[in-house]
Amino acid sequence: MKVSVDRERCCSSGMCVLTAPALFDQDEEDGRVILLEAEPPEELHSAARKAVSFCPCQVITVTDD
Amino acid sequence: MTETLSSAITLSPRTCPFDPPPELIEQAEARAITPVRFPDGHMGWLITGYHLVRAVLADPRFSARQELRHAPIEHRMVEKGLLPPAEPGMFLRMDPPEHTRYRRLLTGQFTVRHMNRLIPRIERIAADRLDAIAEQGPPADLVHEFALPIPSLVICELLGVPYSDREVFQRHTATLLRLESSLDEVNAAMAGITGYLDELVRSKAASPGDDLLSGLIETGELDQGELVRIAFLLLVAGHETTANMLALGSFALLTNPAQLAALRENPSQIEGAVEEMLRYASIFQIGIQRAALEDVDIDGHHIAKGENVILAVQAANRDPERFEHADTLDITRPNNGHLAFGHGVHQCLGQQLARIEMRIGYRALFERFPDLRLAIPADEVPMRSDMAIYGVHKLPVTWKEVKQ
Ligand code: HEM
Repeated sequence: MKVSVDRERCCSSGMCVLTAPALFDQDEEDGRVILLEAEPPEELHSAARKAVSFCPCQVITVTDD
Repeated sequence: MTETLSSAITLSPRTCPFDPPPELIEQAEARAITPVRFPDGHMGWLITGYHLVRAVLADPRFSARQELRHAPIEHRMVEKGLLPPAEPGMFLRMDPPEHTRYRRLLTGQFTVRHMNRLIPRIERIAADRLDAIAEQGPPADLVHEFALPIPSLVICELLGVPYSDREVFQRHTATLLRLESSLDEVNAAMAGITGYLDELVRSKAASPGDDLLSGLIETGELDQGELVRIAFLLLVAGHETTANMLALGSFALLTNPAQLAALRENPSQIEGAVEEMLRYASIFQIGIQRAALEDVDIDGHHIAKGENVILAVQAANRDPERFEHADTLDITRPNNGHLAFGHGVHQCLGQQLARIEMRIGYRALFERFPDLRLAIPADEVPMRSDMAIYGVHKLPVTWKEVKQ
C-alpha cells in the first residue's frame, strides 16, 4: 500500500492524527498534515483506510500495489 | 421527484429529549432530501440522509457564504430575503480562498498535539469545579456548576479573555442563541460582545500576553475588525457548544444506566463514548446551511443555483442506512464517523479541544460522584428547545457518595 496526501487542500482537522497517529502528524505552524509513513506495514492498512474515510477534505489517498 | 410535498422548516418540541423532533424524523424516514419553504418564501431543501449530507458538505459547488443565505428562522429575517455578506474575519460564513486564509492562521493552535498539552490544565479546572460542587453538597445544577464553567474557563484562558468578564459575553450569547430574539435584539447583543472584544484587542495590542489573541495580533496579518470577529467566533463557538454537549451527554448517561455502568467499569472506553455522545445527543436544532453556486443534481433532485440547503446533521447521525440501531446509545459503537463537527473545509476547528474537554469532563464527573443521579424526574428537565444550540437549561443532580 502507498499513501499520499495533498497538503495544499488540507484543512487541518486533525482527524488523521486521531485515527492513525503512526502514519500522520500535523505541522506545528499551520496544522497541516505531515505524512510519516508513505508505505505502511500491513498492520496499519486498516487505520490508513479509516483515515481516508474520516478526512473531511479528502486529501489522503491510498493505492494498493 | 416532484410529488414530494413541501413543508416549512419546523422547530417543534421533541418527544424524547435526545431524539430529533418527530416531524424531522418523519421527513428523514420518508426520504433523504425534501423540499422546504424558508420563512421568506424561498424554496430550498432539507437533507437528512447521512451520505447526502456528507457529500454536500464536501462539495465546493455548495457555498457557506452568508450573502447567499435565506434566514431559516422567521424572527431573523431581513427584508430583502438574503442576508448581508459576512464581515471580514467571520470565516465560518465564507468560501475558499478567503476562508482558507483565516483558517490557516488558526489551525496551528488547534492541532491534536497542541490540545493534548492542555490536558493537565483542563483536568485541574474540572477537578476544581467538582471540588466546589462536593463542598456545597447536593443537590447541584450541573449546567451552572460544571458544564458551562469548564469550557468557558478553558476558552477564556486560551484566548486571553478574563473569565471575570463572563457575565458580559454569556448574557449576550444567550440572546444570540434564543430563537425568539428579534433582529434588533440580536444586533444589540452582537454589538455588546464586539464592543467588549474591541476594547480587549486594543488593550492586548498595547500589552500582549501569552495567549492566542496576543499571538494573532503579533502576526500583523489581521486588522482590528478581523481580530475582533475572529475572537467573537472562537469565544462563542468555543463555550456554548461544548457546554451543551457536556450537559446533554451527562443527561443521556444518567438516563441510560447500563451505558453509564459500562463506562464506569471500563473508563478506557471514554474516547468511543464521547464520539457516540456526539452522534446520539445532538446540539443542533436546525442544521448546517449552504447555498448552491450552480445547478446541481443530487439523488435525482435538481437543485437550482441559489437554492439553499439545510443539512440536518442531527438526522444524518441517526440514519439507519449508515448506523446500526441508530437510535440506541452504544458507547462501544465501532467506526462511528458522526457528522457532529460537520465535514469539508469548515469542519469544526475546535473539535480536538471539544473532545478533550468532554473526555475529561464526563470521566471526572462520574468518578467523583459514583452514585450521581437526577434530582428531578427526567421529563421535568428543562430542555433548550427555545435556543439555536440545543441542550438542557438546568440539570439538577444529587448524590450520597463522593470519591476523592
Ligand atoms: C462539542 C462541541 C462542538 C461542536 C458540536 C461543534 C460543531 C461545529 C460544526 C458542525 C462546525 C461546522 C459549521 C459549518 O460547516 O458551517 C463548526 C465550526 C467551527 N467550530 Fe465548532 N463545535 C464544537 C466546539 C468548538 C470549540 C470548542 C471551538 C473553539 C475553540 C469551536 C470553533 C469552531 C470554529 C472556529 C468553526 C468554524 C470553522 C470554519 O469555518 O472553518 N468549536 N463547529
